Amino acid sequence: MDKKATRESYGEALVMLAEKRPDLVVLDADLAAATKTGIFKKAYPDKHFDCGIAEANMMGVAAGIASTGKLVFASSFAMFAAGRAFEIVRNSICYPNLNVKIGATHAGISVGEDGASHQCNEDIALMTALPNMTVINPADDVEAKAAVLAMADYVGPTYMRFGRLAVPVINDPATYKFEVGKGVQLKDGKDITIIATGLMVGEAIEAGKALAEQGIDARIINIHTIKPIDRDIIIKAAKETGKIVTVEEHSVIGGLGSAVANVVTEECPVPVIKIGVNDCFGHSGPAVDLLKEFGLCAENIVNVTKAALGK
Amino acid sequence: MDATLKKQLEITATKVRMGIIEGVFNAKAGHPGGSLSVADTLTYLYMARMNVDPKNPTMADRDRLVLSKGHTAPALYSVLAQRGFFPVEELKTLRKIGSRLQGHPVMNKVPGVDMSTGSLGQGVSAACGMALSGKISNDTYKVYAILGDGEIEEGQVWESAMFAAHYQLDNLVYVVDNNNLQIDGPITQVMNPYPIDEKFAAFGWHVIKINGHDFDEIEKAFNEAETVANQPTVIIQKTIKGKDVSYMENNVAWHGAAPNKEQYDIAMAELQAKLDELQK
Repeated sequence: MDKKATRESYGEALVMLAEKRPDLVVLDADLAAATKTGIFKKAYPDKHFDCGIAEANMMGVAAGIASTGKLVFASSFAMFAAGRAFEIVRNSICYPNLNVKIGATHAGISVGEDGASHQCNEDIALMTALPNMTVINPADDVEAKAAVLAMADYVGPTYMRFGRLAVPVINDPATYKFEVGKGVQLKDGKDITIIATGLMVGEAIEAGKALAEQGIDARIINIHTIKPIDRDIIIKAAKETGKIVTVEEHSVIGGLGSAVANVVTEECPVPVIKIGVNDCFGHSGPAVDLLKEFGLCAENIVNVTKAALGK
Repeated sequence: MDATLKKQLEITATKVRMGIIEGVFNAKAGHPGGSLSVADTLTYLYMARMNVDPKNPTMADRDRLVLSKGHTAPALYSVLAQRGFFPVEELKTLRKIGSRLQGHPVMNKVPGVDMSTGSLGQGVSAACGMALSGKISNDTYKVYAILGDGEIEEGQVWESAMFAAHYQLDNLVYVVDNNNLQIDGPITQVMNPYPIDEKFAAFGWHVIKINGHDFDEIEKAFNEAETVANQPTVIIQKTIKGKDVSYMENNVAWHGAAPNKEQYDIAMAELQAKLDELQK
């Protein structure tokens, strides 16, 4: 299976987008080589503006550009886009409901060797809490590109989360359609539902296969839009399978697991077991090893799912 | 400046100040001090300089103004009302439930407001974005951002200052309203931002210093800013916090306090007397 980091997909999608949106402007904060907006910069140097190491100002500049009607993407690492610039995103982008697209790369612990200072496991919590904000966390190359193109047509503040690590391409570019706010059922199942987001979707698929071999029929759902979340697909899964396991490369506080739990507690209370970063900081190391250590892998999804079923 | 225009601006600025007092008194809250200090420059910009149309407040080629010191919304609202964006009578709804006139400006509610502000240090970045956007598409509009002298203690202001100079945004003018007071006291005692002029010059800005209550100097400064190429301009204006209301002038207590009925009557009487004098 092909592998590609979704940050790479982001950079390439911006180039694709520029062909149909002459009003596109891309901002970065001295990380163009890492966020991959550098791919866009190479193709469209006149439309790429480096803001220097000043994320707060960059988000405000993006707001100002958006207020004049242009389509603007602002990029940095998730830590700085959602973290450092949080209040500017709140007051200068979300409050006036300006059409700024935030392309946040290097999310989660799969940043790897840089360590905890750069491993943002809190961005989904921060961004979903903001009124007017849409939060997208694509699973692979195909979904990431489709999401960038789709969200360019959507008017309103959007936070898009991309990863540093190359992950398997699980979707078929020929047939894939991105619908904002719509979960994707990847496999039907009646015993339990595994809901995953971002790079955990690929692991959930693998876990589903392993569980099937052990006689467990797990439903697998990909939630690429954390906000607004697809309530219908979650409630249906709760009703039909009775138990849910959520998997995300994010804190178990305020991420996908919390969002799913919010929905089911309101409409169809069933157990929701959360796999994620358990209210702790990460540390340096190779990304794949860190994901395993933190239980963000198919093997742990299998174990947690079996335990949830008392097996 | 033409004498008739100057007289007219002085009359309008006095009406603007009456609107500020009216709003803050009715709201029983708000920020009169810094609103009164910036009233002359806002009056000049909206009445005599900016290309704006109250009938078409979002026209694409309009000049834009970002009130980065958003707590002085009463001044902006009062000027916009004088310019005809909404009825002067509406100023009495300031800060009330159901009113468009929020405590700090909201662009999607109030016609004529170009950016939502209130959290200090943020408006300037949006102004930079507007100016950069104008450069990208060769638009001719100008962008003005109004800052407080306490506000420039925010680091984001200097991020924006670096940005504007780097991208040579000569369609952008900052006005620093240097009334020398912030909530906790004189700016020199709270967190001294001086020398303001040398700081901006060091960041690559064209610096102009004026008396912000003299319409001749105000006009001259904006004329000069228009001649500057490849460089943003900052106008640092010395002003009096609480200007034209005797007991509010240079008194930090009026940064964020509303007058009671007795104080309101005194303020309105003083401003009415000034208006009568100007209209003689």
